[in-house]
Amino acid sequence: MIRLALPVISLVVLICAVFWLQPRAMSYVGLNLLFNLAVPIALATVAQMVIIMVGDIDLSMGAFVSLIACITAAILPGNPALGAVMLLGCIAAYAALGALIEARQLPAIVVTLGMSFVWGGAAVLILPSPGGTAPGWLTAVMKAKPPLVPMAIIASIIIAAVAHLVVMRSAFGVRLRALGGNARAVSRAGRSTIALRAWAYALAGVFAVAAGMALVGLTTSGDANIALRYTLLSIAGVILGGGEFTGGRVSPIGAVIGALTLTLAGSFLSFLRLSPDWQIGAQGAILILVLAARLVVRQAEKRA
Amino acid sequence: MMNIYKAPWFWAWVAAFAAFGATWSLSAGGGGGMALLVAALTFGSFSVLTGLGQMLVITMGPGNTDLSIPATMTLAATLSLKLMNGAGGVWIIAGLLTALLIGVGVGIVNFALIRLLRIPPIIATLSASFLYQSLAIWSNRGLRIKPPQALADFTTGRAVLGIPNLAWLALAITVVFWVILNRARFGRRISAIGQNPRAARLAGVPVASVTAATYVTCAVMAGLTGFLLACFSGGAALNMGAEFLLMSIAVTVIGGSSIAGGNSNVPGIWGGALFMYLIVSMLNSYGLGAGVRLLSTGVIIIAIVAIASGRKARL
Repeated sequence: MIRLALPVISLVVLICAVFWLQPRAMSYVGLNLLFNLAVPIALATVAQMVIIMVGDIDLSMGAFVSLIACITAAILPGNPALGAVMLLGCIAAYAALGALIEARQLPAIVVTLGMSFVWGGAAVLILPSPGGTAPGWLTAVMKAKPPLVPMAIIASIIIAAVAHLVVMRSAFGVRLRALGGNARAVSRAGRSTIALRAWAYALAGVFAVAAGMALVGLTTSGDANIALRYTLLSIAGVILGGGEFTGGRVSPIGAVIGALTLTLAGSFLSFLRLSPDWQIGAQGAILILVLAARLVVRQAEKRA
Repeated sequence: MMNIYKAPWFWAWVAAFAAFGATWSLSAGGGGGMALLVAALTFGSFSVLTGLGQMLVITMGPGNTDLSIPATMTLAATLSLKLMNGAGGVWIIAGLLTALLIGVGVGIVNFALIRLLRIPPIIATLSASFLYQSLAIWSNRGLRIKPPQALADFTTGRAVLGIPNLAWLALAITVVFWVILNRARFGRRISAIGQNPRAARLAGVPVASVTAATYVTCAVMAGLTGFLLACFSGGAALNMGAEFLLMSIAVTVIGGSSIAGGNSNVPGIWGGALFMYLIVSMLNSYGLGAGVRLLSTGVIIIAIVAIASGRKARL
C-alpha cells in the first residue's frame, strides 16, 4: 500500500493543478477530454510492466503498438477474420520472442531494439501512408458516454482491476513474478523458465494489442508512426507507478495511475503554454525527477 | 596466425567479405566494386565511431548500454554547425571543440544520473536523451545550416590511396582504442569491471572514475560522429542519429565482443560495420521497399545476435 502512496499523491496534486489552471476541466466532458488518450497509454504501460516484472525491458513497445494500430485500421474493418488472425499472430510472435530471449540468454534490450525495426517495417508494409478506418464497434466502445462517470475513467479502473487480478492474485501471475524475482529458484522448482518467459511476453502482447486497438478506437485511423512515443511513456508509467527494475516488484494499479499521471502532465504542460519543443524533454525530466524523489524517500526511510 | 579462425573478429570479417561479394555480383555485372567499397568504408566509418564508444560501455557489464547516442549526435551536430555557420578557419576548430565538449557534458550528465540517482544506465541514458533531443529541437528550429566548405570537402574526399578520409580517421581512432583496451591500464580496468565488478572493486579498481570516463568517452565519440556526419551530409537533421543506436550495439556484438560484458574486441567492429552496411545495400539492390528493408535489417540483427552470443551469463 505504501508503494501506491507516492503515485496516488502525485496524480491528485496534478489533477488539482490542472483544475486550478483550467476550471472548465472540472466536468464530465472536461475529464473525458483530459483522460481519453490515457486508455491506450495505460494498456501499453501494463504491457511494459509485465516485461519489466520478469527482469527485461521492451524498447519496441511504441513500434509494436503502431503496428497493431495499422492492422486494426487497415485490415480489421474490411476483413475481420484475417485481422483477428494477424493480431493473434502478433501475440504469438511476442511469446516466441520471450522464448528466444530465455533459451539463448539474450539481452532483451538488443532483441527488442531489433524487433522495433521489424514491427516498423511490417507497419509500413500494411499501411504505407496514414489512413484506414476504425471498426464501428471499436469506436462505439471507446467513445461510449456512460452516465455520471466518463468512459476513460471506467476503462482505466477496469484495466487496473484486470491487471491486478491476473498479475497479483492468480497463480499464473505469482509464477511470472517469481521468474523476475529468482529465475533459478523457479527452474529448480521444476518449472520451465523458457515457457514462463514466453507466457510473460504473450501476456504483455495481449495488453499491447489492446493498446493499439484502443488507440485506433479514439483516433479512428492508423499510421506507422502513431505510437512511437509509447516506448518512453510506458517505461515512465511503470516507474511512476512504483515499479522497480529488479526482483519482480511491480504494481499494476500503480502502473495505470502512472499512465494517467503522465497523460495529465502532457495536458498540464500545454496549459502552461510550454513550447512543444520541450514536451518530449519534459517527459524525460519528469522521469528523472520521480526517480530522484524516490531515492530521497528511500534514504529518509533508511535513516528513520 | 595458425589459429586466426578462432579470433572472435574472424567471422565478422568473413561475413563482411561474403556480403561484399554478394552485393558486388548483384550490382550491374560487377562493375561498381570500387564505388561499393568506398561507400561501405564511408558509411561504415560512422558505425565504427559510434560502435567503439558503445563497445566500451557494453564491456562494463550487464545493464550498461548508452541509449543517448542518437540524441547526442543530433545535439552536437546542431550546435556545432550553428556556431560555425558555414565559416571556415578558426571556426572549424571551434565547431569541432563544441561537438567534443557537448560529448563531455552529456557523458558527465549520464554518469551523474547513474551514479548519484542510482538509476539503471538504460533508463538514465534513455530519459536524458529526451532532454538532449528537446535541446536540439529548440536550438535548431528546423533550420538547416550548411557546414563549412572545407569540412564538407574533407568528409567527402579521398585524399590518400583513394580511400575515404573518414575511413583513415576512423582507422586512426580505432588503433587508439585498440591500444587503450589492450595495452593501457584504463582498458584493463573496464574489462575487470565487466567480468566481476565486486572483484574489481576489491582489487582496488576505482570503479566510479572508470565508469565516468567510459560514459564520457562514449558520448564524445557520439558527438564527434554527429559532427562528421552533419558535415558529410550537408547539415544536421533531427533524426540523423536514429539508426546509430541499434547499429552501435549490433556492430559491437557482431564484431565478437561479449554482450554480457568483460570482453571487448576492436578489429571486429570494422567487420561488423562493413557487414551491416553491405547487407543493407544488398537489400537495396534487390529493389525492395522501405518496409521490407527495415523488417529484414531487424531480423538479420536478431538472428546474428542470437547465433553469436550463445549461452552466456545474463543478469
